[in-house]
Amino acid sequence: MQVTMTVNGTDITEEIEPRVLLVHFIRDVLRLTGTHWGCDTSNCGTCVVLMDGQPVKSCTVLAAMADGHAITTVEGLATGAVLDPVQQGFMEEHGLQCGFCTPGMMLTARALLDHNPHPDDTEIRQAISGQICRCTGYATIVRSIKWAAEHPAAAEHGDTVQSDTAQSDTGQSHNTAQSSNTAQSQSADEVHA
Amino acid sequence: MQIPAPFDYARASTVDNALALLERHGPESRILAGGHSLLPMMKLRLARPEWLIDINDLFELDFIVRGADAQGADTLRIGALTRHTTLLESDQVHALFPIITDAEKVIADPIVRNRGTIGGSLCQADPAEDLSTVCEVLGAVAVIRGSGGERLLSMAEFHRGPYETAVAHNEILCELRFAVRARTGSAYEKVERRVGDWAVAAAGASVTLAADGTIEAATIGLTAVGQTGTVGAAADALLGQLPTEALFIEAGRLASVACDPIADQRGPVDYKRHLADELTRRVLRRATERAHASATSTATQEG
Ligand SMILES: Cc1cc2nc3c(=O)[nH]c(=O)nc-3n(C[C@H](O)[C@H](O)[C@H](O)COP(=O)(O)OP(=O)(O)OC[C@H]3O[C@@H](n4cnc5c(N)ncnc54)[C@H](O)[C@@H]3O)c2cc1C
Ligand code: FES
Ligand code: FES
Repeated sequence: MQVTMTVNGTDITEEIEPRVLLVHFIRDVLRLTGTHWGCDTSNCGTCVVLMDGQPVKSCTVLAAMADGHAITTVEGLATGAVLDPVQQGFMEEHGLQCGFCTPGMMLTARALLDHNPHPDDTEIRQAISGQICRCTGYATIVRSIKWAAEHPAAAEHGDTVQSDTAQSDTGQSHNTAQSSNTAQSQSADEVHA
Repeated sequence: MQIPAPFDYARASTVDNALALLERHGPESRILAGGHSLLPMMKLRLARPEWLIDINDLFELDFIVRGADAQGADTLRIGALTRHTTLLESDQVHALFPIITDAEKVIADPIVRNRGTIGGSLCQADPAEDLSTVCEVLGAVAVIRGSGGERLLSMAEFHRGPYETAVAHNEILCELRFAVRARTGSAYEKVERRVGDWAVAAAGASVTLAADGTIEAATIGLTAVGQTGTVGAAADALLGQLPTEALFIEAGRLASVACDPIADQRGPVDYKRHLADELTRRVLRRATERAHASATSTATQEG
């Protein structure tokens, strides 16, 4: 079947089997490997992406169900070479160690801040309660999200990363693969790939 | 890597279209709502439908509306495709049926709640499904549609057993109806091993007070402890009595005797009976407090 959706602002159309899960569509078809895939049972939350701005566990959504919707993956957080304040916050407050949970954590954080720009610690902890981090003990993740809340315009102050061309190493030319990668999703990929 | 076995997919545009698709593709076709029970079962080959009929575009099934039913009774209607998150965030639901808000806070996690629906929860009919107990306690009426028209079922008629409901393969659960009652309070409480897990045990209660402060009506429901329907004996013990701690203790005892839990990785039988007892007392206390508050606010409005 054919699916058409917007991924990180770019329209894409692909031919897929109906049984393909959104997480595999993103990773294996679009080669956007910043989205991680862990428990496969809707528990760990590393596969979280935004569907029409709302966090969903992409291991439990069919790519077919995303047809006609807008998907944001971790690759879509930065604007060009400018990091999202959430990404900046994870850098400032050491919100990651191995980086495996990080893409999902950052997308949930983005959705939380879009909905509630000034969350308290409890609201942050509740928002990420469907996600597991085996490294940080969560305290630095909470601080990172707080940092982002306190610096909503961090990106405007010129905190940029170099846009990265590493994604062309997939050897495939998907129009979505052109979005710039981030320091976070890269380091996460290094341990996962 | 867990991937479902091959199937065909169709996206329904209206309820009538979904019913037509179910008829066309026969008994091996299944409704797909949030997918947060069905897709995990398909990954594990516990379910192997040949067709999935996706109803996520049916906005006509996504609503929360208060109004008079055909008999003129004050009723809250909730569409089957209403997501857990929508229910949790609804002030109207919280004001009328705080038991739903209590339960939604502890159903799965916030991200699963963005997808899972009330209709999917009820049709899944997992014995640990929190909303099944909530609907039993509130005496909800299920509105089911088939090609032949609409039928209304009580929860006793709806639930046939674990993972089994009265919804036929070519029918769709469209909405749940809840009667709004004055001087009534409700509550739900669950013990889980960790955030997002299914209940070790949970209890729900609804209490209606008479003008003289005695209990006019009460229902008690239990989750994940082998209790089918509401606990009649415990509720009967409350009727006509003034709500006191001694009465709640007795109701808790009766609930723990009535249920029939099994030992599993979530705990042994005596622990679950203990929870049925303790949680019944707690929800009765909280439901009664809320009924008092509701009676006071009604009195203030009338005065
Ligand atoms: C990690 C995790 C934790 C969870 N924890 C809890 C918990 O603590 N408590 C709890 O109660 N639930 C829990 N759930 C279940 C969650 O509430 C599910 O979302 C819910 O059970 C199913 O809703 P759904 O919309 O996803 O249904 P689906 O998975 O789409 O469907 C479930 C079944 O219902 C049928 N169906 C769905 N809608 C209709 C309809 N309108 N008419 C006819 N048939 C229909 C489908 O064909 C299927 O057989 C959890 C789920 C996950 C993944
Ligand atoms: S891989 Fe999706 S929740 Fe763990
Ligand atoms: S940083 Fe390693 S799992 Fe979160």
